[in-house]
Amino acid sequence: MSALLDVDGVTLRYKTSSAVITATERVGFSVDRSDRFVLLGPSGCGKSTLLKAVGGYIKPSEGRMKINGREITGPGADRMMIFQEFDQLLPWKTVLANVMFPLLTARRMPRKEAESRARAYIEKVGLTRVVDAYPHTLSGGMKQRVAIARGMAMEPDILLMDEPFAALDALTRRTCQDELLQLWSETKFTVLFVTHSIAEAIKIGNRILLLSPHPGRVKAEVIDVDKVSAEDGSAARLEKQIHDLLFSEPATAH
Amino acid sequence: MADAKIILRDTSTPSAASAADVARKLSVFELLWNDGFVRKSLIIVVLAAIWQAYGSYLDNPLLFPTFSDTIAALWEKVRDGTIPMRAWTSLKVLFMGYAAGIALAAILTVLAISTRIGTDFLETVTAMFNPLPAIALLPLALIWFGLGSGSLVFVLIHSVLWPVALNTHSGFKSVSNTLRMVGRNYGLTGFSYVIRILIPAGFGAILTGLKIGWAFAWRTLIAAELVFGVSSGQGGLGWFIFENRNLLEIPAVFAGLLTVILIGLVVENLIFRTIERKTVLTWGTQS
Repeated sequence: MSALLDVDGVTLRYKTSSAVITATERVGFSVDRSDRFVLLGPSGCGKSTLLKAVGGYIKPSEGRMKINGREITGPGADRMMIFQEFDQLLPWKTVLANVMFPLLTARRMPRKEAESRARAYIEKVGLTRVVDAYPHTLSGGMKQRVAIARGMAMEPDILLMDEPFAALDALTRRTCQDELLQLWSETKFTVLFVTHSIAEAIKIGNRILLLSPHPGRVKAEVIDVDKVSAEDGSAARLEKQIHDLLFSEPATAH
Repeated sequence: MADAKIILRDTSTPSAASAADVARKLSVFELLWNDGFVRKSLIIVVLAAIWQAYGSYLDNPLLFPTFSDTIAALWEKVRDGTIPMRAWTSLKVLFMGYAAGIALAAILTVLAISTRIGTDFLETVTAMFNPLPAIALLPLALIWFGLGSGSLVFVLIHSVLWPVALNTHSGFKSVSNTLRMVGRNYGLTGFSYVIRILIPAGFGAILTGLKIGWAFAWRTLIAAELVFGVSSGQGGLGWFIFENRNLLEIPAVFAGLLTVILIGLVVENLIFRTIERKTVLTWGTQS
């Protein structure tokens, strides 16, 4: 079986007003169906840029990306993005209308069907109570849950999550991580998850791609991450190993 | 090494503060005072009282009629149908100019967000024409379009177009990058992207533009009517004011002015306020 998402030798560059910056250089990885694939690295390793490229927002200047065998040429609803920012919900729509919106516009689903599917996914993230509320009345954690429900309701090929819990407080972040894993065990969706927290990567992922900064290159890939557990201390050991690997650079830069 | 201890506190029994203290009802006076409409009405009543007092003290209806004289003249002119007819004439022209101005502004801003040269064009022409008072174009308009509503509509378009285009464009520009990416994620492009993402997301600024455009248009129209009077067979409110001044019917002049103010207040406080309440205030994008 070929991989669901295939990223091959991708170099990403973007222009600032005075220079061309190389964000990632010849990065390659592949994500299989039902993977919880984590891109992990310090800031400046181009992990968010890479995710945006998979989302179709940035064209690689080298290499190719394929989803389900199709070349990625632009943004599309087969790859639903979930952002870090709380303002990703449309403030002029209620929670229900927000979840229904892509179903109606991108999927062209009949209204009734879209509503029942939206309600089902809102229930999955435990927000039935606020189904008619406007986003500005919700807490940060609730907003991110709505965004996740909106992404999952589309049942896309892959969910692209760009540090979705980074702006949450520590307690809410933990609950959201647990809920995401719970949702995954129910529907086994595929997710590409970007984070700069090693602990979060170990908790969320089953595979982790470690990236080094300036420019972003693949340093290592960690597999069978879901075999470690927090109880026997193996998760903590892995965290230490990854930390040492990421920060073992010769100290010339500092 | 000793473990930490957790000591549970009982929160089920009522505390010293009774339930009534947690949520206390406001008194009737406080409720009324919290209502902006009540407070503003009170201000208007006080202003009217000052007007009446000063008018009575001056006792010169040719210069400054009292509030009650003005109201009497207003009532009379409303009853014989003059003021409603004149106001309707003005409003008809106004709607034409306002609608045409908004349509043009929409075209300009859509061009401006889709191409860079469009942005440059919008920024240049608004910088040039926005400071130009619409009334200053009236002499030219009279030559181009003659005495008639054509000239009025022309100056109205000028007064509406630039502020609406400017505000709409800044509204579009202020839409966050995240929302733009969300819209494109759903495959929205071109026109449907503007309608479904940009307009609602920038609606606060657009509404401000519409309000400013309305105020400019209303002012310009009354002033223009004063200048070239009875052109379209039946003059509007501006002409009504001018006419009555010539007849030295000063209370009627005041009644005309009062009507101009009242229509402005109704549009601002009823129409725009309602739109605001149903949109940006409900969405929490403006407080």
